[in-house]
Amino acid sequence: MSPLAVAYAALLYLSAAILLAGVGLKIRAYLRTPAPLKIPTTPAPTTTGGVALRLAREVVFFESLFRSSKWTWLFGWTFHVALLLVLLRHLRYFQQPVWAPVVLVQSVGAYAGLAMVLGLAGLWARRWLVDRVRYISTVSDHLHLVLLLAIGGSGLLMRFVKHTDIVALKAFTLGLMRLDLQPLPADPALLAHLALVALLMMVFPISKLMHAPGLLFSPTRNQADTARERRHVAAWALALERRS
Amino acid sequence: MATAAFDTPKLRPYPVIPLVAEGAMAHSKPFVASPAIQSAIGFPGELTEGWEQRAIAKMGELLQKYRSLRVYMDACVHCGACSDKCHYFLGTGDPKNMPVARQDLMRAVYRRYFTFAGKHTPRLVGAVDLTKAVLDEWWSYYNQCSECRRCSVFCPYGIDTAEITMAAREIMDSIGLGQKYANEIIGKVHRIGNNLGIPEPALADTLLGLEEDTKDETGVDVRFPLDVEGAEVLLVTPSADFFSEPHVESLIGYAKVFHAAGISWTLSSKASEAGNFGMFIGNYEQMRRISLRVKDAAQALGVKRIVVGECGHAWRVAYSFWNTLIGPFDWLDARYPVPQHVCEFTHDLIQRGALQFDKDKNDDRIITFHDSCNVARGSRMGNLPGGQFVIPREIIKSVANHFHDMAPGTIHEATYCCGGGGGLLTDDLIELRVKGALPRMEALQHVVDAHGVNFMATICAICKAQFSKVLPYYGFDMSMVGGVHQLVSRAIRLGASE
Repeated sequence: MSPLAVAYAALLYLSAAILLAGVGLKIRAYLRTPAPLKIPTTPAPTTTGGVALRLAREVVFFESLFRSSKWTWLFGWTFHVALLLVLLRHLRYFQQPVWAPVVLVQSVGAYAGLAMVLGLAGLWARRWLVDRVRYISTVSDHLHLVLLLAIGGSGLLMRFVKHTDIVALKAFTLGLMRLDLQPLPADPALLAHLALVALLMMVFPISKLMHAPGLLFSPTRNQADTARERRHVAAWALALERRS
Repeated sequence: MATAAFDTPKLRPYPVIPLVAEGAMAHSKPFVASPAIQSAIGFPGELTEGWEQRAIAKMGELLQKYRSLRVYMDACVHCGACSDKCHYFLGTGDPKNMPVARQDLMRAVYRRYFTFAGKHTPRLVGAVDLTKAVLDEWWSYYNQCSECRRCSVFCPYGIDTAEITMAAREIMDSIGLGQKYANEIIGKVHRIGNNLGIPEPALADTLLGLEEDTKDETGVDVRFPLDVEGAEVLLVTPSADFFSEPHVESLIGYAKVFHAAGISWTLSSKASEAGNFGMFIGNYEQMRRISLRVKDAAQALGVKRIVVGECGHAWRVAYSFWNTLIGPFDWLDARYPVPQHVCEFTHDLIQRGALQFDKDKNDDRIITFHDSCNVARGSRMGNLPGGQFVIPREIIKSVANHFHDMAPGTIHEATYCCGGGGGLLTDDLIELRVKGALPRMEALQHVVDAHGVNFMATICAICKAQFSKVLPYYGFDMSMVGGVHQLVSRAIRLGASE
């Protein structure tokens, strides 16, 4: 087996492990940290079902962002939906046979790649053009966008300009799934694409990309407004109560 | 020390988001609490050697205690959705008054000491050491947040800057850097029973005076009972209601409602304060101990219900936190919500037909309603979400004929803070208070021009005091602001007078 395939297999296994373990540890920390007071941003749902609906609207439609800033919503929502379609499209590299829904998404997924890059470009433009957003942007904010744009760009290059050997690639990825290492095509665009994706997976748990699970743990969004009906005492607060 | 001169912002026909003006409010700082004030409520007297380590240790402790803080330190993506939502940014242009930048003052330190990226690549992620210069910025800008939570409405992850401001103030208090205004008040509420420091004899005297005044006005013996055992209802109200204008007009309104409904009630000299500045400084134990006074007073007096007067942050603490802090309330009458807002109380009586009004007595007033931030975004009234918007407006419409709301986007959960909430209602911060009121003043100007509004009703003692002070800066009459029960007071029919 070529050293290239070995190196990339190692890199992808490592980055996937870092992603899963890192996000897992973060989520465990969120779960273990109590929310000692009822702080939903009101008006808030009064039932668990209502809370689920509120969170679903945030996840699916970016409801709060829509209220805040239409431009950011347009670019941000476009990027995320397109990213979802692109990810679904990529599932075919990990399945044999390929699920029907993944087959269905193939054609639209290709154009979603374009939409994704456009969304990212819009988000990046805001970081330069809106003085408030320019003020708050850090080096890492820019680098995140550069990374995602480079991933999208290299992907589009392979889809629309210079095709890579996707049959060989699929053999490689299926091999990864089955712990049966297969050769990896030595196409520079593909190698760049995969390396950048590995980098993205590795920075995910230590970066602002944690906003994705963070939303689900945000007390202002995930608490039901039941303050008068139910007590909500954290373990450390109960200790105070016992002392007095 | 007199504050330096400053220019009151101009009211514009349409709100304009200001351009970033770096450092525009860097000079704004509240007075520092003396060692005596600090130690009276259990905090170190002043900053001493080694404060950096103690501050970081405290931050670590808070990260273990509050999921909000932990998640909000990680989740921000710097999207800028909040950047034009804070009234202090809109009024000053200082970019550190953008919620995201205010949060970043703490996030930079969090990253440096608690995250992999910040420990190893601080430059890349904007992580910084906690130095005296950083602490000075904290001191300035965490005292330019009124904890109004408007940013949390608009944040795609619900990040609530109030949670971060509270944590920052808690950390600063724990190393001996406390805010004079807030911490002095907390000392007073424990020592005397209320934020204004009114002792029992003065309170009793005031209430007697109010009975006489109300008799002169109406010819009816409306009582203002104090420490009456066995009363049905304990009314806990901000102490400003006893002494300040226009607050006292609402107190008279509550008394008339109790009178007209024939429900026995009492105030307590032990718990002669609904306000709870423990929330403003983010200190759970202070908040709990201040709340416990109410429980103790209610049990000592043997009341069956607790009703809370017109006070925004007090209602947030009472509605959202009391059950957790000092509950359960199984010793009170379960047929009524515990606690109950005085607007819920009055609204309920109106709906049951127990109160009658002469609405035309308020005909000289063209009224609008300012939603107070803690009521709007941190609590509820009634059974349905949003009841906190409906109920006060329903009361106003029941007692007056002319009502006009301010523009959408400036009311309900998107309401603008008065500019003086969150423990900032002090003259050492007057420039901030005036400038922070700008978005509300522009919305008010709009209904003044469109409908001739001449009265802005609100249900918060801080809003009332703040507006009385800042309205004149913008060319409005200070008496334009008042309480909802001030309107009730004028229109309500008291049986014996007919």
